[in-house]
Formats: sequence, C-alpha cells, structure tokens
Amino acid sequence: MLRARRFWPLALVAAVALFLAACEGGEEQPATGTPRAQQPTGAPITIGMMYDGTGATQLIGVAYKAGFEDYINLINSKGGIDGHPINVIFCEHGYNADRGVECYENQKRGGAIGTVTYGTPITAAVIGRCNQDQIVCTFPGYGSAAAANGERFPYGFPIAASYWSQAGAAVRFVLDEWQREGKSGKPKIAYLFYDNPAGNEPREVLRTIAQREGLQLEEVAVPAPGTEMSSQVTRITQSIRPDWVITHLFGSSPSVSIKALKEAGFPLNRVVALVWGSGDADVEAAGGWAFAEGYYGLQFTAIGTDLPVLREITEMYRSQGKQPPDLMTKNNVYYMRGVANAAVMVEGIRNALRQKGYPITGADLKAGIEAIRGEVAGVVNLNLSARDHEGGGSVRIYQVRGGRWQLARDWFQGYRDVIESFVYR
Amino acid sequence: MINRECGIFRTTYQADMSLYGVPLARITVAAFALFFALVFPFVVDHKHLVWANFAGISIVAAIGLNLLTGYTGQISIGHAAFMATGGYTAAIMTTRADVPFWVGLIAGGVFASAYGLIVGLPSVRVKGFYLAIATLAAQFITEWIINHVEWIGGGFQASIIVPPASLGPVRFDTELEKYYLVLALVVLAVVAGLNIARSRLGRAFVAIRDRDVAAEIIGVDIFRYKLLSFMISSFFAGVAGALYVYYVGTATIEAFQISRSIEILAMIIIGGLGSILGSIFGAVFVVVLPLALEDILEFFRGVLPVTDIDTFVSQLKLMVFGGLIMLFLMVEPEGLNRLWRNVKDYFRVWPFSY
Repeated sequence: MLRARRFWPLALVAAVALFLAACEGGEEQPATGTPRAQQPTGAPITIGMMYDGTGATQLIGVAYKAGFEDYINLINSKGGIDGHPINVIFCEHGYNADRGVECYENQKRGGAIGTVTYGTPITAAVIGRCNQDQIVCTFPGYGSAAAANGERFPYGFPIAASYWSQAGAAVRFVLDEWQREGKSGKPKIAYLFYDNPAGNEPREVLRTIAQREGLQLEEVAVPAPGTEMSSQVTRITQSIRPDWVITHLFGSSPSVSIKALKEAGFPLNRVVALVWGSGDADVEAAGGWAFAEGYYGLQFTAIGTDLPVLREITEMYRSQGKQPPDLMTKNNVYYMRGVANAAVMVEGIRNALRQKGYPITGADLKAGIEAIRGEVAGVVNLNLSARDHEGGGSVRIYQVRGGRWQLARDWFQGYRDVIESFVYR
Repeated sequence: MINRECGIFRTTYQADMSLYGVPLARITVAAFALFFALVFPFVVDHKHLVWANFAGISIVAAIGLNLLTGYTGQISIGHAAFMATGGYTAAIMTTRADVPFWVGLIAGGVFASAYGLIVGLPSVRVKGFYLAIATLAAQFITEWIINHVEWIGGGFQASIIVPPASLGPVRFDTELEKYYLVLALVVLAVVAGLNIARSRLGRAFVAIRDRDVAAEIIGVDIFRYKLLSFMISSFFAGVAGALYVYYVGTATIEAFQISRSIEILAMIIIGGLGSILGSIFGAVFVVVLPLALEDILEFFRGVLPVTDIDTFVSQLKLMVFGGLIMLFLMVEPEGLNRLWRNVKDYFRVWPFSY
C-alpha cells in the first residue's frame, strides 16, 4: 500500500505529459456536409456558428443549431452557392461569455467571414471584436436593440425584430385587437418582464408609446430565476387588473407565467409573449397545448411544420435514407430560428458573390446582407440597409389554437417611428 | 520547482526568508518566466493563446481570493462582484473620462478595494457560513445596482464597449499583444502575492485563519487585518475585472455573475487553499481543462455512435470535467498544490527514500 502510494506522483506526471501531448494534436475539424446530390465544384466559403449544447438554454441551442446545420446542408446538397460549398465551424459555448470569445477567435482563425454570436452575453462580449476584425456577426433575438443602427455597429446584425420592435409590435397588436373587438376607451396593459438587462430593455420604448397613445402601463418585474411568480401574478390579477398582459420572459419563466396567469383566472387570449416566451417547450411545460389555448406569441420567423423549406430538408434526409430530426417538429420554433439565421447568411453570401465574386471577405458579406430585401426562403421578411441592420423589425403573431401555433397576424411592424427615434438617437 | 536542498545551509534570517532560498529555484523560476515570455506564445496555436489569456485573468482573481479565503480564512462567495466593480470602473473611466488604460486598471483595483472594505465590514462580526451569506448578498446587490443604475450600467443592456488598451505607442490589439499584457499582470500578481504571504501581513492573516482569538492575544489587530485582507483581495479582483474588460472589449454584467464567483472559489479549492502556486494550478485546471477535453474528445468524433456529435461532446466534456474534479479532490483533498508537493518530496530524497 505504502509503496503503491509513492508512485502516485510519477503516474500523475506521466498522465499530465500524455494529456499535454494529446491536446497538441486536437485540430478542430470543420463540420463536413452530408453526401451531396450535386457536388459543389468551387472553393468553400467558411462561416461560424455558436450555440449552447449545455446549460440552462440548451433546449433552444440544440434546436437552433440543428436548423442552421440542416439548412446549410440543404444548400450544399443542391450544389452550394454558385458552386461554392459552405463550410461551417460550429462551436459550443454553454452560454458562457469567455467560451464565446474563445469560439469567436477560433472561427476567425478558421477563416470565417461571418458568424452567429448566439446568446446575449456572448454578443456583448464579441461585438467590439466583430467591428474591429470586420467579421459579420449575426444575433437574431439576442444582443442589444441599439445594434440595429448599422452606422454605430457596422458589423453587428440583429437581422430580426429587436426587443424594442417586438414591444412596439405587441402594443400595436393589442390596440388593433381592442379596436377589432369594438371596445371603447384604451386598454390597460401590464408588462411582465424578467429583471435582467434584456428584460429591462423595452421599458423605455413601452413608456414612450404608452404616453403617446394615452395608455395606462404598469410594469411588473420578475427577479431571477423566475421560477416563482405568484406575487407578481397576484398583483396583476388583484390590483392592476389589466386588459392585456405583455410578457417578456426567458428560460423556464414563460411556462411559469402561463401556468400562474391561467390558474389565477386571467384569460390567456389576453396575453402576448415576446419571442423568448413563444416556444413549443414553453407551452408544453406550462401544462400542454390544451391548457395554454388562446396564448399569443410573437415570432420573427415563419413557424410551422408544413413550410416549403422544411419539405425540402425532409426530402434531403429521405434521399439519404435517413429520417429528419424530430427537433424539426417537436421544437419547431427554435429550429426555424436556426433555419432563418442560416437562410440570411446564405442570401448574404449569394448577394456578395453576385456583387463582387469569389473570394469574398467579411466586408463583402456585410454588403451582401445589407442588400437583402423582402422574404428569404419563405421564413423571414427583412428590408436591410447599411443604416438598418434590423431589417424593419417585422414580426408575426401566432396563437395556440387546437394543439399548435396558428398564424394570428401576418408580417407587420409597430410604431416604427418611435423605435427609430431610439435606434438613431 | 524540483530542487535538491542538499548542501545548502541558511546562516542568516534574511537567507531563510528569501523567496527562493535554493539557487536552482532561482534558475527554474527564471527559466519558467523566460519560457512563458519568449517560447510559449510562439509555439502554441492562436486558440491556445486565448485559453492562456483567460487563464491569466483567472490567476489574478484566484490569487486575490486565496489571500482572503486561503490565508485569512474569510470566505467570499461574492468575488465576481469585486471583479464587476473593477471592470465597470475601468470601462466608465476609459469611455467617459478617456483616461489611459493603466489608470483605469489601477482605479478599478482601488475602487474594488474600497468596495471590498464595505462588504468586508460584516466579517468583523460574523464568521464562516454567515460571512458566506453576507458576501453572497453583496454579489446580488452589485448585480442589481449595475443592472438598474443607468449611470453605471450605461450603454446597451448594461454593457459598455471599451476600446483596446494602449500604453504610449503600444496598442494591445492582437491576441499576442494582449497575452503580454496579461502575462505582465500575472507576474506582478504572483510576486505581490508571494511577498504578502511571507511578510508580517501574511503571517497576521495566517494567525487569524488558524485561531482568531489566539491571534488577538498575541497582538494581531483582528479588525484591521481582516479588513486589510478584504481590501487587498478585492484589489486583485478589481484589477482582474478591469483586465477582463480590456481583454474582452466589453464590460457586461453577464460576465460577472454568481457562477463566476463560484468558479473562482472552485479554483482555489481545487488548486489548494493558502498557496499562491495552488491558485495558479487551480485557475489553469478550471479554465483550460474543459477546453482541452473538447480537443481530446474531438479525436473520437468518428468513433462515437451518436448523431449530434457536437452536442454530445459538449455534454460529455462536462461529465468528464466534473469527474476529474472529484477524482483530484479524492486523491488529494488539499488540492493540486499538495499533489505537486508530494511529487517534489518524492524527488527530493530520490533515490534514497528513507
């Protein structure tokens, strides 16, 4: 026993040496595409994609990545863009800002001309580097709403409605519903939000709009981690008694809010959630589709399982003798956000190749994305420019009806002038 | 370092107290310093340089916490709050007052230190778990303040973008330049830490840790030294936070949350409480190991029978990492530093074990 113990240090030294030797060889292998129906002929174009496969929001990250990867594989299986295959360097960061910086540097080193900086803290950590290195960073649904200003953040692309635009659209929707139902006066709105920087972001916009419209707005904060909100819901149902509730919650708190509001007797068809409260899992965790009947959710992509692009992806899997991932249907909302993000990247590359031709740099990709107008792949509706990196901030609203999300209102914007006064102030 | 002390006699107190009493130790330390200054950054990948920079920032923070928790025995679960204080101070001063980066760095440390003094006040009255909760409260209060006070959080979503650090004509722009900045501060932190630990200050800290009543009886002013310990420790954390902000380029509260506090605490527990070298081991272990595991698991990409390999690897990495922490702590509860000492002791008398 004693003798054996003495060898521990030696064994450890050996283990460390082996370990160090092992990490030297660990070259990052770029994700390779699936067998292709049409082999791309040109040189590859490299982009990056970050996501979280671990941690609190991995439910979103895994589906997001699957959607992104499937769409890129679909493009590659059709021969790439003008014959150039797209090579994606994936990087898992566990929603950790440090790892995100590591991912970014890794992708930059790998020759990526653009990347997806998935996650608000990661976006905040790398946005300065994106501008400095001239690498396009896209972050639909993440990052700061002010990044919509393309003059201030030349390489930052929200490419989807920011929290400001979402809040504006939500109020617009509430007022239109109010009018449609023929009610008089103005509705009273409660804003139930997660008390973090992202949750606080739309407050100023909401106040400005409420003041202009003469609405009564009450703000109710939910402290982290947001798994308990009976006191907030009691305040809403007992003392505020609003006509509508706009929720802006993250993680597991949207499902808690659905459950608590319903149990307190508040009608769910008077609740509209911003984009991180309108996932499939939020509805399921709250008590199922029947339970959440009537609940409204904002989306900045088209969702649903019968979209043409999903049929194409399914077709691609079938032709390889495989089944498409069940995330496509089970976690459709977040899967579609991945598809949409990839579609914008692909469209930007296509524009860049048309404008300048191979090889393209980050600056060309920036110009390519800024040239996008209208629908892309049938999933997003963007009007980008060098000034507007948000793309107009259009959203769709879906409602839980009959066991699935059903379109309640097609692409629309809310209070664009107010939002722009904030973006370009 | 591995040194044979045979034939070396210390004849003066000064020699006995010197940092490196053995000539060979001086040579090995110099060799390590030269290696990290001249060889390491040029032989490793860009990616590994990023790891080294994060590890370096963590080393500064971990040395600070080790002075407080390891040497003085005062636990803090709010060290990320001091990092945040330093980081935001530096960010605000750089963006609004346009001060040079070194002023921001020092101001970050000084402000964090002043904040540490306030947070440390309960330590005069409460100990152990109670102090842990008091510092935990500081963590949450700090997060709340930065989130809600616009003057501090400023910018967008409580984050402030900071231009890269520059010193005279030198701009710390590239990863390599940033590496030297981090390295310089790590060296300063290590030297400062070692000297604090072996001086009057450090001995007073250890006396308080081992038995505060006894320390008071032999004449250690507990009130003063406990607060001093908090201040010095927060200074290190503040500098680490400011360095983080200059390195990353953004001050964001999401980088200084409770998980970061626990990470620093984990570093010094894994590395070894009450040891500067242990802080370095711990920081490197916690920061570099998960990333290195990713590389190792990458080898098995083709072999593993799963469909979504990227996600699988990231999850497996966490499991292996957790397992390794448990393994190391079971093999040697006193941390990696103790393991290293065992190795040294083995070689010190080798080949004559007895």
